[in-house]
Amino acid sequence: MSHIQQPQTSFWNDTGKTGITSWIFSTDHKRIGLLYFYSTFGFFLVGVLLGLLLRIELMAPGRTIMGPQTYNALFTVHGVVMIFLFIIPGFQGSFGNLVMPIQIGARDVSFPRLNLFSWWIYMIGAVVILTSLFTGGGPPDTGWTFYVPFSSRTGTNVSLAVLGVFIIGFSSILTGLNFVTTIHRLRAEGMSWGRLPLFVWSLYATAWVQILATPILAITLVLVAAERLLGTGLFDPATGGDPLMYQHLFWIYSHPAVYIMILPAMGVISDIIPVFSRKPIFGYKMIAFSSIAIAAAGSLVWGHHMYTSGMSDTAILVFSFLTFIVAIPSAIKVFNWVSTLYRGSISLEAPMLFALTFILLFSIGGLSGLILGAAATDIHVHDTHFVVGHFHYVIFGGSGFAFFAAMHYWLPKFYGRRYAEKPAILAWALMFTGFNITYFTMQLLGMQGMPRRYYDYLPEFATLNLVSTVGSWILAGGLLIMLINLFRGLWWGPPFEGNPWGGATLEWSIPTPPPTENFIEEPLVTHGPYDFKGTGIP
Amino acid sequence: MNSRLITTTEAVDPVFMFLFGACLLLLVGITAAMLFFIVRFHRSRAPRPTSTADNNLWLEIVWTALPTILVLAMFYYGWYGYLALRRVPPDALPVTATARMWSWSFSYPNGATSPKLFVPVGKPVRVELVSLDVIHGFFLPAFRVKRDVVPGMKNHVWFVAPKAGSFDLFCSQYCGTAHSSMISTVEALPEAEFAAWLKQGSSTTATRPDGRKLAQEKGCLGCHSLDGTPGVGPAFKGLYQSQVEVMRAGKPLTVTADEAYLKESIRQPEALIVKGFQPIMPADPDLTDEQLEALVEFIKGLK
Repeated sequence: MSHIQQPQTSFWNDTGKTGITSWIFSTDHKRIGLLYFYSTFGFFLVGVLLGLLLRIELMAPGRTIMGPQTYNALFTVHGVVMIFLFIIPGFQGSFGNLVMPIQIGARDVSFPRLNLFSWWIYMIGAVVILTSLFTGGGPPDTGWTFYVPFSSRTGTNVSLAVLGVFIIGFSSILTGLNFVTTIHRLRAEGMSWGRLPLFVWSLYATAWVQILATPILAITLVLVAAERLLGTGLFDPATGGDPLMYQHLFWIYSHPAVYIMILPAMGVISDIIPVFSRKPIFGYKMIAFSSIAIAAAGSLVWGHHMYTSGMSDTAILVFSFLTFIVAIPSAIKVFNWVSTLYRGSISLEAPMLFALTFILLFSIGGLSGLILGAAATDIHVHDTHFVVGHFHYVIFGGSGFAFFAAMHYWLPKFYGRRYAEKPAILAWALMFTGFNITYFTMQLLGMQGMPRRYYDYLPEFATLNLVSTVGSWILAGGLLIMLINLFRGLWWGPPFEGNPWGGATLEWSIPTPPPTENFIEEPLVTHGPYDFKGTGIP
Repeated sequence: MNSRLITTTEAVDPVFMFLFGACLLLLVGITAAMLFFIVRFHRSRAPRPTSTADNNLWLEIVWTALPTILVLAMFYYGWYGYLALRRVPPDALPVTATARMWSWSFSYPNGATSPKLFVPVGKPVRVELVSLDVIHGFFLPAFRVKRDVVPGMKNHVWFVAPKAGSFDLFCSQYCGTAHSSMISTVEALPEAEFAAWLKQGSSTTATRPDGRKLAQEKGCLGCHSLDGTPGVGPAFKGLYQSQVEVMRAGKPLTVTADEAYLKESIRQPEALIVKGFQPIMPADPDLTDEQLEALVEFIKGLK
């Protein structure tokens, strides 16, 4: 790998040292950001591979390439890897670390060593989870939800896997603390709360969710381990426990966790759309406020995962109502993004295409979420492929595509080299097509009544399952082209200098790649994040 | 059929229609606006932005208020439809569904049992849901009915089959290796036929139990194969009088699978665990001594 030489020492070759230790012991937020990026994105690719295997198994009824126990372990590991190793730590760790301190005009985060420590905790947790796959009773087969009493009885390696998730939780809490402190304390002069880029606002809301919700997951997982190892009997009715108590505790974290996954994605979109429309974001205050509203109200809707559980009807009434309330701030964001396009000057480069796709796929996912939020309709589609489709629309079509948008938008800034545009657009087209074929058919399958986590299915579901599998190949093909094009560009591509997109946030005002100290002298912020008059672009 | 009995399907489907309609309208609106703006204000047509508007109070109020009204309407209809799923008609026929890893068993007030859920056409049925081990889910897609079967909890559902036929019954809550084969059917019979079936069903259980039928009905065959292929549990074929390596109270031990061994393994599955298998088999407290004898005789015959 070689880099464009800059008059100022870029963060790539500042230490004079090379080799792995200059990375894994670095306290520079940019290096830590790239550590997070490669580790989380690496796990994303592992998760993709597992997902493709699952789809191949479901291509036809009966056994295709694996037995039921293997299938059950694979969907569990797919979920655990994608959620706990990729999308929860991914945005905050990668782009939060890379971009946020620069966007607020800071040299680094408040606690750089704690930041490095968080990455180490994440890696240790990841290693523990990976170890659980190959030791003891074999990979966990409980689903990523670890529902008791099944998870307290199965002979697979659940205890070690939940220990891994428990450890990773601390990484998430510490990153949250670090970011809240940084955003409060290290904003440059003139960087008022009303001038914070919306990406920073979204990270701020996310960080609070991480701090407040993650400890509940940690406690819950300790209780599951105690149930298995000590037989405490808190959740097992055979010993006087209550399985529904587990579900409440689990979802008190795990529902807000989906906002940890989606809020930073919304922040990325809010930053990209104005840049490629050359027009200030519409409704800045409403978008910033709705991030906070989503984080707050989203903490009170966990019970909508439990309409069929036997929970009281009163609880269902309340949770259904609150679930619909959360839909409002999400709708406000969508309307404001679309309005930003009006009378702009729109350029459909790769980051923008991914960002616009986010709006569409997130809308489909969000609207199908309304079907799941209403009590009557949820009963039919709950625990079916409809939920699988809905979740992938929101988290893959939403967060995933926003992650790709961020990769195309920000990574060239940190490498000083860029990818080729045409293959990027081809990759986008294939992924967009494949995505909809794969996941829309799942929603149809769910409407027809095919339950989720099914290794085998009745013949009436065969056609749509085949279609979905073929879609997954198109999606994977697009992903492969994107990877080759992006990384070839970042490592060996043509130079990327200055401010080619015309962004008005602070990261575009410093050299490319950024120098270690980010800013030569402390910046004085005089305009908002989407005020494009000063960017030198007509 | 009662003249004004609303079936569960009739209660839920209009809610689906309303929600799908509203969602489709919103999606088409958002997508159309987005596409129009992208085409109309593409840089090739609009080299410079023609507006720098960055907020409009009235627009924000409108697009906060309208979605609020819409989602509250969705909430209300969703709740209203759900109430119909919970209001069991007073004359409903009571049936108990017993779920275990990985089979269903249905029992009727007169003592009849069946691995399929037989119901009379046009008469509401109330199903009490009982689990012997982990959480299962009772799901009838054709009737839009689903409820988790939680150990230690008294859950129920009701539905009415409007016409004769066979309808899928799935386990919807993930419950382990054979979750996806935990499938049965609802068999809706005309009322007279159903009455005849119910009478016959109760009389056969009174005669000497049939071991093979029991093994099927009690779900044994979900894990223990008859042809010697390894399953979730040890195969039945060739089991009798074979040498088995087991763990008793954490200590390894080799025993002969005699009649006493088989009986103990059925009555107290957790006492002896065969090497290489998981301690997951549930005991069945409803199994009579007579039925136990029949099961053991059946297993002994599988050479």
